[in-house]
Amino acid sequence: MDFTLNEEQTAIRQTCREFAEQEIKPVAAEIDATGTFPYPLIRQMGELGLLGLPFPEEYGGAGADFLSYCLAIEEISRGDASIGITMEAHTSLGATPFYLFGSQQQKEQYLTPLARGEQLWSFGLTEPEAGSDSGGTQTRAVLQDGHWLINGSKAFITNAGTAMTGGVTITAVTGCLSNGRNEISNLIVPVGTPGYSIGQPYKKMGWKASDTRPLAFTECLIPEENILGQPGDGFKQFLRILDAGRVAIAALSVGLAQACLDEALSYAQQRRQFGQPISKFQSIQFKLADMDMEIELARLMYYKAAWLQMQGKPYSREASMAKLFASETSKRAADQAVQIHGGYGFMDEYPVSRYWRNVKINEIGEGTSEVQRMVIAKSLGC
Amino acid sequence: MKMFVCIKQVPDPNTAISKLDPATKRLVRSGVSLVLDPGDESTISAAIKLRDKVGNSELVALSMGPASAQEATRRALAMGVDRAILITDPALAGSDAFSTAQVLAAALKKEGADLIFCSTESTDGYTGMVPGGIAEFLGIPQLTFAREITIEGQKAIIKRVIPKGYQTIESTLPAVITIASGSYEAIYPTMKGIMGAKKKTLTQMSLADLGIAATQVGEAGAHERVLSIGKAEARAAGQIIKDDGNAAQQIAEFLQRYQLL
Repeated sequence: MDFTLNEEQTAIRQTCREFAEQEIKPVAAEIDATGTFPYPLIRQMGELGLLGLPFPEEYGGAGADFLSYCLAIEEISRGDASIGITMEAHTSLGATPFYLFGSQQQKEQYLTPLARGEQLWSFGLTEPEAGSDSGGTQTRAVLQDGHWLINGSKAFITNAGTAMTGGVTITAVTGCLSNGRNEISNLIVPVGTPGYSIGQPYKKMGWKASDTRPLAFTECLIPEENILGQPGDGFKQFLRILDAGRVAIAALSVGLAQACLDEALSYAQQRRQFGQPISKFQSIQFKLADMDMEIELARLMYYKAAWLQMQGKPYSREASMAKLFASETSKRAADQAVQIHGGYGFMDEYPVSRYWRNVKINEIGEGTSEVQRMVIAKSLGC
Repeated sequence: MKMFVCIKQVPDPNTAISKLDPATKRLVRSGVSLVLDPGDESTISAAIKLRDKVGNSELVALSMGPASAQEATRRALAMGVDRAILITDPALAGSDAFSTAQVLAAALKKEGADLIFCSTESTDGYTGMVPGGIAEFLGIPQLTFAREITIEGQKAIIKRVIPKGYQTIESTLPAVITIASGSYEAIYPTMKGIMGAKKKTLTQMSLADLGIAATQVGEAGAHERVLSIGKAEARAAGQIIKDDGNAAQQIAEFLQRYQLL
């Protein structure tokens, strides 16, 4: 087995690490405190090619492999999770569906500006009444005179309402299957479509500098060709999108967990109690050692899932394991990082208090930990 | 126009703790992470900017070092340099600034350069002698501490940083230009640049390719010798002024003593 990253993967990771350190970290506290979507940073990331990493150059992408993309997500999230999720939701959920399932014309029209970083795109799956039970989607689309007439709503949609957003791809019920289940299709709704209204941003516990909104579709009309693939393809399409997305979220969690360790270690080496740095106490050392070990394990698991993806092998089980373990690792890491900081960790001046608020959503977004356990159990034949 | 930028791989100044080998009196380069000199990143950025502004030009990165220095040249290629040349030869180990300038100049002569960019000094050795050496060996002008560069026909015009402002200086081409540190912000390699770096040409040259004898360079040909190395003197404790009502006065006097007020 060879765990060595190739030259391009190493260079992408290094560049993202430098970018996170020099450009993201200095503004992370402020954009969190003010809940500001950081347009200059996101545009700069677009110019560097960070918003189109895994797509071919012919569509404006960088032509990097899937692992490179995950490495980039880890490093960017190590700088700030809000920016990490903006990049991840745009790439994995917004742009990837066009790349995987779009027609040639759709790839040129939609994917290219997204991969170039000129536009952001969002994916609308979750609804107020359909979260983990995504088959229970209530948004409906009816084909009428060459148009889809959409009615329904979506919840917690990342990147839906920024000034850079081009539109949203949504899951909608477009019919009924012979087994009585809903026929689900993925429909493309550009911003500005009459009947498509984008709600006010949610007030959130974490990821405050990312854009998350509710969406409403009222007698919303889009042309018949605004569909990805064929009617009824939607369910298997979003399962495929989510598999890859989970690996990227695992990378995001690893980045955040690493940021927790970075801060905890640096603090423990400086903070003196009882006449010596607290890093000299075994109780603190054991916490740091556990964090380091778990982060390395979580990283290995997302590397493996990404490798399977690149080999074209099944990887749903490994994607769920990576996402589940990494998100729970990041929560434990944030918890211990605050504990090591003591009272200071509870103060907003220290980044670990922000990290602690940011980790929780990792266990929920793109499939809760419970859903990941369901996927793993299913692979066992349960 | 054919432009060159001379670059160097150095121990990462952000992570490595510089160590000197007491036997060789040289910087320890093994077991530390090596990177493209951060100063060179700014110089490359300045060169790329000028290449794009002048148009119809080629920018080549030139480096001398062990085979591992390829990584530094790849970074330059990812940043946007068109191709790279690495002069590598076992006989080059232990080269001083004189030999380095001689070898780089030989390659530049062979290639034919209109404009040569160098950082003012490297972030490891800090001799600052290589750019001047190159200009001397090539018999061309050297413009130093540039913070702004324009090309007009066959002339280079620079704004040269001086303590209280800048001088405007022009020279004929070809010329060597050194970049004043802090004048150009280093650009990041783009993701496309990283993915495309391997497709660009990286040529390796040996001393034989340049017609230089092994005895002229390296340890054998060195004109300088490091005689001794020693620890910097520990700083004396600072003066603490307690505010007894006259602190402001005392601080002002202290600053005046050093002509800071």
